[in-house]
Amino acid sequence: MAVVLVLVLIVVGSVLFHLLSPWWWTPIASNWDYIDNTIIISFWITGIVFAAVVLFMAYCVFRFRHREGNRAAYEPENRRLESWLMIVTAVGVTALLVPGLFVWSRFVTVPGDATEIEVVAQQWQWSFRLPGKDGKLGTSDTRDVTADNPLGVAPKDPNGQDDVLVQAADLHLPVGKPVKVLLRSIDVLHDFYIPEFRAKMDMIPGSVTYFWFTPTRTGTFQVLCAELCGQGHPLMHGVVVVDTEQDYLAWLGQQQTFAQLSAPQQSGSVNQPPGKIMASNLGVAAISRLSRSAQ
Amino acid sequence: MVDVTPADAVPPAEVGEVELYHPHSWWTKYVFSQDAKVIAVQYSATATAIGLVALVLSWLMRLQLGFPGTFDFITPEAYYQFITMHGMIMVIYLLTALFLGGFGNYLIPLMVGARDMVFPYVNMLSYWIYLLAVLVLVSSFFAPGGPTGAGWTLYPPQAIMTGTPGGQDWGIILMLSSLILFIIGFTMGGLNYVVTVLQGRTRGMTLMRLPLTVWGIFTATVMALLAFPALFVACVMMLLDRALGTSFFMPAIVEMGQQLQHNGGSPILFQHLFWFFGHPEVYIVALPAFGIVSDLISTHARKNIFGYRMMVWAIIAIGALSFVVWAHHMYVSGMNPYFGFFFATTTLIIAVPTAIKVYNWVLTLWRGDIHLTTPMLFALAFIVTFVNGGLTGLFLGNVVVDVPLSDTMFVVAHFHMVMGVAPILVIFGAIYHWYPKVTGRMLDETLGKFHFWVTFLGAYLIFFPMHYLGLMGVPRRYAELTDMTIMTESAHHLNSFISIMAFIVGFAQMVFLFNLIWSIRHGREAGGNPWRATTLEWQTPQTPPAHGNFGKELPIVYRWAYDYSVPGAKEDFIPQNVPGDFAPSRESA
Repeated sequence: MAVVLVLVLIVVGSVLFHLLSPWWWTPIASNWDYIDNTIIISFWITGIVFAAVVLFMAYCVFRFRHREGNRAAYEPENRRLESWLMIVTAVGVTALLVPGLFVWSRFVTVPGDATEIEVVAQQWQWSFRLPGKDGKLGTSDTRDVTADNPLGVAPKDPNGQDDVLVQAADLHLPVGKPVKVLLRSIDVLHDFYIPEFRAKMDMIPGSVTYFWFTPTRTGTFQVLCAELCGQGHPLMHGVVVVDTEQDYLAWLGQQQTFAQLSAPQQSGSVNQPPGKIMASNLGVAAISRLSRSAQ
Repeated sequence: MVDVTPADAVPPAEVGEVELYHPHSWWTKYVFSQDAKVIAVQYSATATAIGLVALVLSWLMRLQLGFPGTFDFITPEAYYQFITMHGMIMVIYLLTALFLGGFGNYLIPLMVGARDMVFPYVNMLSYWIYLLAVLVLVSSFFAPGGPTGAGWTLYPPQAIMTGTPGGQDWGIILMLSSLILFIIGFTMGGLNYVVTVLQGRTRGMTLMRLPLTVWGIFTATVMALLAFPALFVACVMMLLDRALGTSFFMPAIVEMGQQLQHNGGSPILFQHLFWFFGHPEVYIVALPAFGIVSDLISTHARKNIFGYRMMVWAIIAIGALSFVVWAHHMYVSGMNPYFGFFFATTTLIIAVPTAIKVYNWVLTLWRGDIHLTTPMLFALAFIVTFVNGGLTGLFLGNVVVDVPLSDTMFVVAHFHMVMGVAPILVIFGAIYHWYPKVTGRMLDETLGKFHFWVTFLGAYLIFFPMHYLGLMGVPRRYAELTDMTIMTESAHHLNSFISIMAFIVGFAQMVFLFNLIWSIRHGREAGGNPWRATTLEWQTPQTPPAHGNFGKELPIVYRWAYDYSVPGAKEDFIPQNVPGDFAPSRESA
């Protein structure tokens, strides 16, 4: 009988925990309340199924537990019952999937008026790049990364000269404007994640990934890295501040462009990363070791 | 369905029996043994031993997460080494090895009515290569730089870079080598299991009379033979990237200000290869558990498994579908987002055959004669945890819901519930169920009940609340949960609670181990068929079964594996090798 009681308690306890516990999602700050709604639908459907199955089990154990002289029924199959259960399950699954795919299609369809911004990750910090007055981000390449050009912006691309660089500092965004976030990494996998925005996406060295969102309230939000990126992973925090239009423009005015940042140091071996010089002199296998022990 | 074939209708054997290898010495009987039963025990003992290492690692992780800053020796490097080794050991070296190498070896020949696996020598080699793989893995604890801390998914580029523990030391090399050895060893065993099921069945044992345990292990093995090669090539390619400087998975990279010599490789290619293996792997662990738990429920509820044919087809459907869902692990990996539509659909479709299995388990209880033995308790607990973990899978499989939850503690809670706790509960149930056959003695019932309650309730209390930390946004794989604005003070208390529960559940496993060892000598004598079960392993002339399993004559099978409580029969079970027609009219079938 203890089993029956415990099974019932598990259902009741789980439901009460879900309803009463203080652990719940952080208040949303983006347009992705669609996602929250889909989670709510999922909680309802799966919660009902969980309760139904476990309570049914509890009833079976209560009603059909062994007593002297009992004998089980003999019923190998029941085609009708099995078909019905399959149909009901298929309907339930569809009820989960359809809204999910509908929201996903919004998630992957970037609105035409979204502003492109870029997030660049490296072990273990965040940097950002905003398009300048031309509204376009210049091209970039990991091979262009040097000490003076840590984000690898293509030095010769005219579109990149007026790009605003925010290196290892806070990013500001205007509230209510859709943003397409282009994601880039120059070393390992990272993942740009702000719990209040609900969205996240991995960044892959050698590729540019993206997602989009619209910040819906002002405030300061913590950026977390959500893809294991080495031993500094848990400390790879950043900050995104969502401002009113006015505050945003004031902040933007204080930032420096790529051209401004790279102007004083244009001489020297800027365009020749140190690794390449060594590569031409040494064997390939030796170099990867050397360049690492050099730190 | 209930086709009881008269004895004269069982076809005669097509080929004569092959002489078994007979051991001549203690060494060939107990160490370099070719007897599948001895190999099974060797596999199980090795898997349990390495599993204990993983258990201790999980305690160390929970010490750090539950009481941050208290234990100085758990540095971030050490923490990442713990999670990596814990994950890899549990998934590969414990669960896969125990279900297929352990239960597969012991049960397949006995349940299909064979004297041994069809290739006993290769079967023996399989174990020794597995042992070598385990030793190589363990050696990385003692190598310079320690084991790899790349996470069990070993994602490049970080897996082979300086910022990850073991990335530029021996750790990752030993890990990849160990996996390669494991796959070689597994392939030898796996071919054996498949061929034995297909070719080694005794007369009358048609495929549709196989116990579901055999169906589960058989299908899982076929899947493993198809899925492990993807991991194999991924390991070889990463080993080349690491040791010879090739660039299969390595694009142009700037590490700490230095340009590396890699160029043009694709990190995401590794993820596709890994999960092409990794998702079927989930079902490689789950399907044997499905099969075994079906037999436990049927035997201990004294009732035929409900909807046997549907159960078989569901196993096959799940096995096939699991090869087209792998990218649901990669919704936020940066792959083409339009893949999401396809993989979300396939993933949710797989819920249908899985749900059917759950319905059929609980419908087997309906109008049964439920004996609440320890194996039955574990089977019931399996259903609770599997349903719970399976349902949260519907969150993560539904692409857009995965976006906020991916890489959070929700995922950790989900996969521990569904492929950690649930299959391990089945393993425990199975051990309580078959231990009498292996040793001739019963495990102690009181200790068993204690072990059950602490393990089941403790594990549920660990992983159920953990989902809500993930919903809150707490990321997984964080060595330090500090300075996070989303985490409330109470969330830290919840973490401490989870850690304490983890220590308690771990302690209960020591009681289980004690029971295992103590009962070998002091357990109650079991007799040949203590559970009054129908399948062939309980009908052997000796217990434990001797070499060759069945004495002079192999059994002949006349009926399916689930003739419990047949109306008109005197006993409430009819073994598969008993002839005669006790079956009711066919209309119920």
